[in-house]
Amino acid sequence: MAHAQTLTEAGETRFHLTEDHHPENGTLLGFWIYLMSDCLIFAVLFACYAVLGRNYAAGPSGADLFDLPIVAVNTALLLFSSITYGFAMLSAQAKKVPATLIWLAITGLFGLGFLSLELYEFHHLIHEGAGPQRSAFLSSFFVLVGTHGLHVTFGIIWLVTLMVQVAKRGLGVEMKRRLMCLSMFWHFLDVIWIGVFSFVYLLGALK
Amino acid sequence: MSAASHDAHHAHDDHGHDHDGGAHGSLKDYVIGFVLAVILTAIPFWLVMGHVLPSNQMTAIAVMGLAIIQVLVHMIYFLHMNSRSEGGWTMLALVFTLVVVVITLSGSLWVMHNLDTHMMAPMPHDMREVP
Repeated sequence: MAHAQTLTEAGETRFHLTEDHHPENGTLLGFWIYLMSDCLIFAVLFACYAVLGRNYAAGPSGADLFDLPIVAVNTALLLFSSITYGFAMLSAQAKKVPATLIWLAITGLFGLGFLSLELYEFHHLIHEGAGPQRSAFLSSFFVLVGTHGLHVTFGIIWLVTLMVQVAKRGLGVEMKRRLMCLSMFWHFLDVIWIGVFSFVYLLGALK
Repeated sequence: MSAASHDAHHAHDDHGHDHDGGAHGSLKDYVIGFVLAVILTAIPFWLVMGHVLPSNQMTAIAVMGLAIIQVLVHMIYFLHMNSRSEGGWTMLALVFTLVVVVITLSGSLWVMHNLDTHMMAPMPHDMREVP
């Protein structure tokens, strides 16, 4: 009898491990692998910039074009958005719907600020005649930084979608999983931006 | 027996939440990561904008070194990477990606640099042999 009981309990435990716990891990691992493939896209674009980044075609160089204070503000905006997303995750864990929404909104505003500054910079460059068709350096620069900006754009769209969902459905297990995926995506974009501001802007402004 | 099995469930649920907490990190993690990231961002901007180091090459090496450290800080404190999450599979995927990234970057630079040095401006006697 006692033996039978332990068997049932063991069976139940196993049932919960496979049905309840595993799918969540599966999503996050899958999303992580997507991020790694995204990382490869950026690696190829960085390699492209590393190869072409000194071919100015008698045009302007990074030292002539880059406005480092703007880049510093952009970096700060993205960094702030990273920690506010962290606060949103902490609020979500504590099941506080209003706090989560507020932190997500602040994150989105920082993201929008980043995006508008970047668009302003692009507009300014193109207006000065330093558009993507000017030289190989500028082509690779626009592709690399533009791809990052496109990722941030989609991140903001995703963020707004999740805000609507959180407001409507609360913070269930699925919602936390979605927030966790976006969290990884958002922090990943910040990691890529470290490469962009160090390798492209700071090293470009040196020479 | 039913109480015992309920307890077992409860314990399991608690375990699940603890596990979640580990994956999400704590306030302390985020604040430490943020402070480190701010410092590691401010130093390279200061180095470049203030022309602190005597040579550009030294500045470049310092900036790239600090960038690598900051990437690690973000990985640990914001993305909560560790060798245990998902049974080590995230770490394995990361290591594999890093290997491919290093091959891509160093390979491209190496090959293209080689091509550059071999592609000197064509001499007059070379031009005759160009089809």
